[in-house]
Amino acid sequence: MADQILNKELIKPENLVYKKTKILNDNVMHYCPGCGHGTAHRLIAEVIEEMDIQSDVIGIAPVGCSVLMYNYFNIDMQEASHGRAPAVATGVKRLWPDKTVFTYQGDGDLAAIGTAETIHACNRGENITIFFINNGIYGMTGGQMAPTTLEGMKSSTTPYGRNIAMMGNPLKITELVAQLPGTCYVTRQAVHTPSSVRKTKKAIRKALEYQKKNIGTSFIEVVSNCNSGWKMPPVQANEWMEENMFPFFQLGDIKVPEED
Amino acid sequence: MAKVRGTIVVDIEKCKGCEICVGACPTSVISMSTEVNAKGYQYAYLNDPDGCTGCTNCAIVCPDGVITVYRAKVK
Ligand code: SF4
Ligand code: SF4
Repeated sequence: MADQILNKELIKPENLVYKKTKILNDNVMHYCPGCGHGTAHRLIAEVIEEMDIQSDVIGIAPVGCSVLMYNYFNIDMQEASHGRAPAVATGVKRLWPDKTVFTYQGDGDLAAIGTAETIHACNRGENITIFFINNGIYGMTGGQMAPTTLEGMKSSTTPYGRNIAMMGNPLKITELVAQLPGTCYVTRQAVHTPSSVRKTKKAIRKALEYQKKNIGTSFIEVVSNCNSGWKMPPVQANEWMEENMFPFFQLGDIKVPEED
Repeated sequence: MAKVRGTIVVDIEKCKGCEICVGACPTSVISMSTEVNAKGYQYAYLNDPDGCTGCTNCAIVCPDGVITVYRAKVK
């Protein structure tokens, strides 16, 4: 029977090895089944709990699928207008330099309408952390082509696939910000498998720790799925992502601080 | 010999049936129910009392954080 819990005798507080962090509340997230946003949220929340900075962290929410992310976190958060999260984070961090300040943005928010804010905050070397969730599409508005849409990738506005001659090239904004002297740590990760989740969590921890050292902007891209926008079941979307997204958006560190 | 055994508790009403946890389990002991929850999703459940090692793989990939894991050494 599916609703019968097996090995009930093991369910004791001393045997507990994993439970959702209390930094997230019990609201059911509005994301589609299997969407990487939920996993990315949880990893950020787990790191906040492990670093014991719940009362010292301020998050800036974007516009896009994750526009309502402040409904899920038990931390201080501020909504920014579309693409402006790095500008809002700049103001917050300059007023409260001792707080840990992060933005959380999708590819439409960060790499399209917010390109100027992204690049200039990174170029100024603001001591903030930027989490960039890249699923190659505008998820919230119905799966339109984004700057990050791959060549040949179908979207609701590129039904025959993205044509480079007509629509331009997909943008690797993460490589772009890595060129700027203001960034200290730039990495690209994923959250679709246990090993990628563990790596991403380590990267989040590093990024927030670098922020405490005041050495510049830390920037983590998470390549993620958009099952609904890509029109695939979640598991198949993750396989498609490995086959198609990862060769172009290669995972790994792009820039790391020189060891101090 | 001491053996590690584990179990998972899925918050059935919050599971969205995405099946990401199924492929993440190294011992393949998670299945999807035939019944559905109140939202209409088939939910994940542990199908074999001896197969779970409490590795937490399923829980850390679950986008909705609905899996709790317990683990103990048993004789
Ligand atoms: S804890 Fe590990 S072994 Fe147990 S069900 Fe989850 S993934 Fe499988
Ligand atoms: S990963 Fe989570 S939400 Fe998805 S089927 Fe498994 S338990 Fe349910």
